[in-house]
Amino acid sequence: MSELVRVAERESALTPLGTEMVAALGVEAVVAYGELTLIAPREKIVEIMTALRDQFGFQQCMDVCGADYPDRAERFEVVYHLLSLTRAARVRVKVSTDEVQPVPSVTSVYPSAGWFEREAFDMYGMIFSDHPDMRRILTDYGFQGHPLRKDFPMTGYVEVRYDEEQKRIVYEPVKLTQEFRNFDFLSPWEGADYPTSVLPGDEKAGAQ
Amino acid sequence: MADVKNMPAPLGSAIDPFEDYEDGLTPHARAMDDRKFTINFGPQHPAAHGVLRLVLELDGELVTRVDPHIGLLHRGTEKLMEARTYLQNIPYLDRLDYVSPMNQEHAFCLAIERLLEIDVPYRGQLIRVLYSEMGRILNHLLNATMQAMDVGALTPPLWGHEEREKLMVFYERACGARLHANYFRPGGVHQDLTPELIDDIGRWCAEFPAALNDIESLVTENRIFKQRNVDIGVVSKENALAWGFSGVMLRGSDIAWDLRKAQPYDCYADMEFDIAVGKNGDCWDRYLCRVEEMRQSVRIMEQCIHKLRNCPGEPVLTEDNKIAPPRRGEMKRSMEALIHHFKLYTEGFRTPEGEVYAAVEAPKGEFGVYLVSDGTNKPYRVKLSAPGFRHLQAMDWMNRGHMLADVSAILGSLDMVFGEVDR
Repeated sequence: MSELVRVAERESALTPLGTEMVAALGVEAVVAYGELTLIAPREKIVEIMTALRDQFGFQQCMDVCGADYPDRAERFEVVYHLLSLTRAARVRVKVSTDEVQPVPSVTSVYPSAGWFEREAFDMYGMIFSDHPDMRRILTDYGFQGHPLRKDFPMTGYVEVRYDEEQKRIVYEPVKLTQEFRNFDFLSPWEGADYPTSVLPGDEKAGAQ
Repeated sequence: MADVKNMPAPLGSAIDPFEDYEDGLTPHARAMDDRKFTINFGPQHPAAHGVLRLVLELDGELVTRVDPHIGLLHRGTEKLMEARTYLQNIPYLDRLDYVSPMNQEHAFCLAIERLLEIDVPYRGQLIRVLYSEMGRILNHLLNATMQAMDVGALTPPLWGHEEREKLMVFYERACGARLHANYFRPGGVHQDLTPELIDDIGRWCAEFPAALNDIESLVTENRIFKQRNVDIGVVSKENALAWGFSGVMLRGSDIAWDLRKAQPYDCYADMEFDIAVGKNGDCWDRYLCRVEEMRQSVRIMEQCIHKLRNCPGEPVLTEDNKIAPPRRGEMKRSMEALIHHFKLYTEGFRTPEGEVYAAVEAPKGEFGVYLVSDGTNKPYRVKLSAPGFRHLQAMDWMNRGHMLADVSAILGSLDMVFGEVDR
């Protein structure tokens, strides 16, 4: 069966389910690319998740992640992916937040969300209230900043090396031997946008 | 140090394993006999399967708390992927679960295809399924035998590696690399397989069951292996669901859930195979599931080979040159093809705005890719949802009340690869 047919089939199955959820939970529902997305208010997320698990049969929470949209008033999104084994269906639930507004933790509904929320906090710095064990998870001990934010530079701020004289690991500001180049080929005819107007090594050519 | 009495009950279980713990000592002897330790397991421990650091709190030899510290292999894959075009991103997927690289590529390609709303030619689907199943065998051969090594056996991994080596050669003959394949592409696979390669894979499929029986004769009914694995790390159905388990961790607890059957992708719907489930949800059942899955994978591979022989020369990659590069020969003659090639390898292709979550049944469980596109040639956000990450957070409640020596047995049965846990 073609993948396109499968997507169409899934959409026709999810659309009535979405309308049912809109009526029962007070959320917005969108069906696109064969997937159902619910946009939920932040304060009610625990209630909605409990209802999705108990009434709609979404037994598993497969993923919780953050996303950063700096242009929006509330820049962060927390995205939950739920799976129903009985319906063989998935649903995505999104809430928005910013740096200071806490999102209620869903660990009481889905224990598997625990580490995912820790990761979202580590990567984006949104706050989850009532989380039993809120610590950083992936970054280094003593790490500062939230690396997946769009305003966090790709190279980071500090680098680590072993210092032979001090016999320990030292942290230093990042020193790049060559400037970081962002190859933005959105139009291949215009080429990349270089950080300096003169490319390294081209100074002599300009002087002549 | 944590006191057993004051310790919070584990999140997953309702029973406190230490409730009726009575050691029969006088209060004085008990005060003198403080046997609570906090020890570090890893990151250089050979049974830590890579770079896992576990902080174990012990009461004598009983584990009272496990705190996994992960992230020692964190490379910021998701951040890197935001700065590269879709085609440049595929190799990053190989570096997640480096034991079965192509299965991860599969999920990413499916996500892109869903955004672009394109179909994959049937021969391309067959090759993908063939190599995904090969990846499953690669993974299970490593994990099932390493699980034996974690409890003291040395020969099984050596025998397993012998078979893995043959599969690696098939990887190399298809795409030129043994590990970092970069073979699956949006719209199909990079290149067609030669008839000789298909014959050789067919021959291997005929020989492999005997080799698997040999390995099984060493491990499955082995007295020490069973003593160390039966009734260890038991996962109930409720816990398996609540903790987001997938793959063998779910099937080992007698839940017959397999994405290849439940939400079939590519040509899995045309394949005949059975789902292996366990009965008790312990480490031994999970081992048995993996062994049986290898047999089923061989079945699928044989069906793929049969179908591949029936469609020689058909396209393996979509013919749309806005997404897939034109063939070399075409580029020598056609200006149009040359421009397509140049555009594709500088600008890349653009995906329509939107978001998709594509999941595959990777050998370790459900591997999902959540892809947000803003309509440019690079993903706006990629979230790689790794099965190992979900399974590892269960280490705490799975180990509570077990002996120190069981930690490595349970860890072995969880099937960890830190490339995907840490990303």
